[in-house]
Amino acid sequence: MPPTPVQTPVSSPPTVRRPRPLVQLGALIWKDLQTERRTREIVLTTAVFAALALLIFVFAFDLRVENRRAVAPGMLWVTVTFATLLALGRTYASEKDQGTLEYLLTTPVDRSLLYLARLLATLVFLLVADVLTLGLAGLFFDLPLLTPGLLATVFLGTLGFASVGTLFAAMAANTRAREVLLPVLLLPVSVPVVIASVQATAADLGGAAGDHPWLGLLLAFDGLFLGLSALLFEHVLED
Amino acid sequence: MSVAIRARGVGRAFGAIWALRGVDLTVAWGERVALLGPNGAGKTTLLRLLATLLRPTAGDLRVADLPLPGAADRVRGLIGYLGHQPGLLPDLTAWENLWLAGQLAGVPDLADRCAVWLARVGLWERRADRVRTFSRGMQQRLALARAFLADPPLLLLDEPDAGLDAQGLDLLEDLLAGGRTVLLTTHHLERGLALASRAVVLVRGQVVADAPAAALDPAAVRAWCAA
Repeated sequence: MPPTPVQTPVSSPPTVRRPRPLVQLGALIWKDLQTERRTREIVLTTAVFAALALLIFVFAFDLRVENRRAVAPGMLWVTVTFATLLALGRTYASEKDQGTLEYLLTTPVDRSLLYLARLLATLVFLLVADVLTLGLAGLFFDLPLLTPGLLATVFLGTLGFASVGTLFAAMAANTRAREVLLPVLLLPVSVPVVIASVQATAADLGGAAGDHPWLGLLLAFDGLFLGLSALLFEHVLED
Repeated sequence: MSVAIRARGVGRAFGAIWALRGVDLTVAWGERVALLGPNGAGKTTLLRLLATLLRPTAGDLRVADLPLPGAADRVRGLIGYLGHQPGLLPDLTAWENLWLAGQLAGVPDLADRCAVWLARVGLWERRADRVRTFSRGMQQRLALARAFLADPPLLLLDEPDAGLDAQGLDLLEDLLAGGRTVLLTTHHLERGLALASRAVVLVRGQVVADAPAAALDPAAVRAWCAA
């Protein structure tokens, strides 16, 4: 049994603690990964949703040999978009309901670190679900989708969704209609990411990997969304 | 001379409704102050303002002479906060919840401190269990340990007695007797007066009484609250 803690009586002005930001960032990411490892709430539901959506597409569309390359990018990104929405909706829900988010906001952690940690953890969950989705889509459409070019497109597209989605998910978590508000906020803003991702995927499938402008455009959107979201995050969290 | 808390004419509105109006309050270092009052009196709102979760709509609010919300990031390094809900991570263990809090607050010798605080609140044997499996009272004990873990100079405790059994209430009394600066709320009038050295009564967002806890007559406080 450990000994009794010693408490410091305070009768004069104290000094402010200065924790190390990198340690805080690591601890926040670890918290999200550990929780997901135990619950599998986000990756599992997102992957199952994506698999079912792809299955519906396969039955709903006429996927003859000549059609596949034309429709696969659209089907893939519609699936990724809605699966991402599902995942983002869960990222703050439980913390808000349990009061954990309120606790985190009272800790000496910079708001931009809270954003960055949540973004990185969400990105990990989404990329795992994306790789599973790509594998399944490749199987259903009989196309080589797990190529370096397509993986780069999926990474940049997902980063775009996650960067702005993390901001909007925090905003929606403070409202009663969060399930409705998140897609209403996120979908219009992420249209450029969807367009660039679909076009980059189509270019990759058409054999133009690496020498098309869409990846550069995706990169530019990602940079813009990341910067703006990190700046605005503090204001979004205010009650 | 610096004081722990100084509020001058502090108000907070939610839309057209003022939850706090013209609150003047000074708390010296080492004081234990109980905020008492009926539901909707503004007790939690005042704690949330001090915990940097809300911005004041009017007035001047300072913690350790640091203005809020301007120096909110520095104030967060001085406070230990326990909210209305324990705010624990249910899928982490008791140990992991404390370890996370310590990492975020920059607590030195963290493993040792986690161990002694888990023992202090009677959860050492359950340290490897997920918080999801804990009763409300056990969660409250763990949340109290988390609030005290970093040895913060100022403790803001919103109903710290919620869900605690008789043993837990004795523990709370022990923890608060450590000579630190505490601002707490409670709905249990006698308990609030026993835990604190001073009591501030809020009614409809305004301070109606501010006196040493021993000097306050519970019947008079009840009359203010009912008025």
